[in-house]
Amino acid sequence: MPRKEIRITGYGGQGVILTGYIFGKAAAIFGGLHSTMTQSFGPEARGSACASALVVDDNVIAYPYMRDTDILIALSREGYEKYADELSENGILVYDADLVTPHQSDTVQAYGIQAARLAEELGNRIVQNIVVVGFTTAVTGIIDREAVAKAVESSVPGSTIELNLKAFATGYEEGQKLLAPVG
Amino acid sequence: MQQAEPKRVLTGSHYLDGDHACTEGAIAAGCNFIAGYPITPSTEVVERYARRIPSIGGTFIQMEDEIASITAVLGGVWGGAKSMTVTSGPGFSLMMENIGLAAMTETPCVIVNVQRAGPSTGLPTMVGQADIMQARWGSHGDYEVIALAPQSPQEAFSLTIEAFNLSEKYRTPVMVMLDECIGHMTERVVIPEASEIKILPRRMTDKPKGEYLPYEVGEDGIPSMAHAGDGHRYHITGLTHDERGYPAMDSKTQDTLVRRLCDKIRNNAKDICMLEEEEIEGADVILLSYGITSRVSRAAIEAARAKGIKVGSMRLLTVWPFPEYRIKELAGKVKAFVVPEINYGQVSLEVERCCAGKSETILIPHMGGTVHNPEDILKAIEEAAK
Amino acid sequence: MSDLKMDPCYEDVAEDRHPMDHLLRADRLPHIWCATCGIGTVVKCFAEAIDKAGIDYDDVAIVSGIGCTGRVAGYVKLDSYHTTHGRAIPFATGMKLANPRMKVVVFSGDGDLFAIGGNHIIHAARRNMDITVICVNNFIYGMTGGQAAPTTPNTANTSTTPHGAFEQPFNLPHLMEACGAAYVARWTALHVRRLTESFQEALLKPGFSFVEAIAPCSTLYARRNKLGSGYDLMRFYHDNAEIKHGSDPREIDIGYQNKITVGKFVDRDRPTWQMKSMEQLDSTLGEKYYLHDEACEMCKEDINA
Repeated sequence: MPRKEIRITGYGGQGVILTGYIFGKAAAIFGGLHSTMTQSFGPEARGSACASALVVDDNVIAYPYMRDTDILIALSREGYEKYADELSENGILVYDADLVTPHQSDTVQAYGIQAARLAEELGNRIVQNIVVVGFTTAVTGIIDREAVAKAVESSVPGSTIELNLKAFATGYEEGQKLLAPVG
Repeated sequence: MQQAEPKRVLTGSHYLDGDHACTEGAIAAGCNFIAGYPITPSTEVVERYARRIPSIGGTFIQMEDEIASITAVLGGVWGGAKSMTVTSGPGFSLMMENIGLAAMTETPCVIVNVQRAGPSTGLPTMVGQADIMQARWGSHGDYEVIALAPQSPQEAFSLTIEAFNLSEKYRTPVMVMLDECIGHMTERVVIPEASEIKILPRRMTDKPKGEYLPYEVGEDGIPSMAHAGDGHRYHITGLTHDERGYPAMDSKTQDTLVRRLCDKIRNNAKDICMLEEEEIEGADVILLSYGITSRVSRAAIEAARAKGIKVGSMRLLTVWPFPEYRIKELAGKVKAFVVPEINYGQVSLEVERCCAGKSETILIPHMGGTVHNPEDILKAIEEAAK
Repeated sequence: MSDLKMDPCYEDVAEDRHPMDHLLRADRLPHIWCATCGIGTVVKCFAEAIDKAGIDYDDVAIVSGIGCTGRVAGYVKLDSYHTTHGRAIPFATGMKLANPRMKVVVFSGDGDLFAIGGNHIIHAARRNMDITVICVNNFIYGMTGGQAAPTTPNTANTSTTPHGAFEQPFNLPHLMEACGAAYVARWTALHVRRLTESFQEALLKPGFSFVEAIAPCSTLYARRNKLGSGYDLMRFYHDNAEIKHGSDPREIDIGYQNKITVGKFVDRDRPTWQMKSMEQLDSTLGEKYYLHDEACEMCKEDINA
């Protein structure tokens, strides 16, 4: 797989960093790929908009930062507005449909999911990001489903594994539904 | 060499940032005492240590400032521990006097500096590489130290172990010059089996009580240690001292001591220096880099080669002692050394000195906060090759 | 314990050597201190206290900072560390944590401990770090030539207060009491028997123990203030020191050539840093705490000792 650059953005508390960590771990530990996750720290990264950046490649990654965003995962409006312009032509946008109203050009593939709502239905809004992880895994196909599921399982607290795996499966199924040919 | 203790080694593949990987390196190396003070972007190193060490064996104490932290580390070493402290620019500045004490008393210890952009408070959460000269010259008087520069979380792990081994071998403070990028970058870190990790034990005296002289040296110029409580009842001082460790206020003792402190490092530069070289043979231009900048330069090197430019790469894993012998060998054989670094010229000055006008030295400065744009590095390589 | 059976103080007195020679580095003498300086007396009391307390010489480490008193480490025949200015306490802290079996004693001056080292001493007392701090207070910087100290009484002349000191000086026992020290006493170099007893108590007291030893600086403090010689300062202590054990530390400030209240002011039981640390880690980590490993039984004993 050639180099892919993924930006995850949202507000503090949505699990933006964990989302990047899970994809990165899925790629580097369980997916046979290389990955580098970076993040902005400091006061500006706490509270409102925060972001993590992930580079995935089947070759060793030298330059660790974002040049062109191939995939933008937007969990909040503010985050989306801040990073929308970074998304490359033919990029993929994944967004929480209840929180973000996209205004991308036609060349961008955009996939929306009501992740926060689905998470609430599963019993805890906190797994919103894991629903998105499942959904993104399905619609982008960049990392093997099994690898991402293992990364979820090994990155969340023991008592919440079941809920998180359920959230992951829910998101994944939503993604598959969206991709299935109409009719 | 001994093997690492299995309970201290987190064998396996992990997804860790450079700060956390550094902690694991320290634990694997047998570090059982850390004294530190919180400072961005280094604090994750001690946070992980504080969380992990009570189940493994060792002590963490958060001191009242960085001066106390480095000094407690020295006390810990003489008390028998393998000790380390961790900081960033402002704290590194505060530690300088006692890094000098460590060099003077030949106290083996490790100081991690996760570099941020300065001067002063600067950009606390953003990268810099501008403490390289400070690592070498920051304390007053003549002395030599060892400083290493990892380029990935994997190397933050392995070079922290190497730092402990070098500190014990040469009885000197060793700096691990991380930078914010490496410290806060998460990648796969493969931690081997304990049996594959080599640990150099401290060089302790075998003299009977009453015969030990703390600074008696053999041919290699490195004395053997005794810890507090070993029964030798010796004296250690930051004053100029003779082989008994007693103060001696004369220029002859000063001459013998300071020469030895410096020469034990200088004369072993080839043993200490770790260099990674690539396509140096026949190169017109050598790109010399260290830390995060090595990775940023990679794209530029490849693009230059694609354009037919003969560019070699030399990466410093050891920044101090500077690999003077190697630069001198190559000076005159290449047109230029291109040196990108996140400062306004530090390692480039060393390169220039060693080239002595036989090859050009081209600095690509960057004042910090981000990394170089690889295109700028490419442009400099192209210019240099003309 | 040493192989000396008799009290060496009296046994050797008639011989051509100092009664404390077994604890001194005789090969480093003569020392650098001025005639009638009080530091030597305080060192002698300390050496005697080690013998009387029955502590194995191999189990005591002395850590000094910089200054006249900072040179003590160089003359005492124990594991001894002469560190940087103001930093003896963090050095001692590291040593104690690395080897809890050691009695770690900081021996330094008022300027070293309370000016440049002030931040360290208040935190060591707060933590109740299990070390003993001996502060020789001569009200002035001696080594550098008679400058003002944080203990210089108002109106006293020093080279940096040539028109008289006017800053509020520290009341050392009060400061140490407020910071949490487990043991606080003050004596002068004249009170050799009581000072020795205090050192003994401090050495055996678990936690942070502090003894202030007021001592004459004849060359600088006495001369600049026209107070005569060291002998005259000793005479002054004799006439003006009042023993009042248990005095309220708030009320024992030292004014220029005023009465000096001496005695033991604080002797209380507080858990040490190491005891608290063990207790907390044990209650949080339980069996996962490494001290529960069999191999660590010894270190546990060390810490409990």
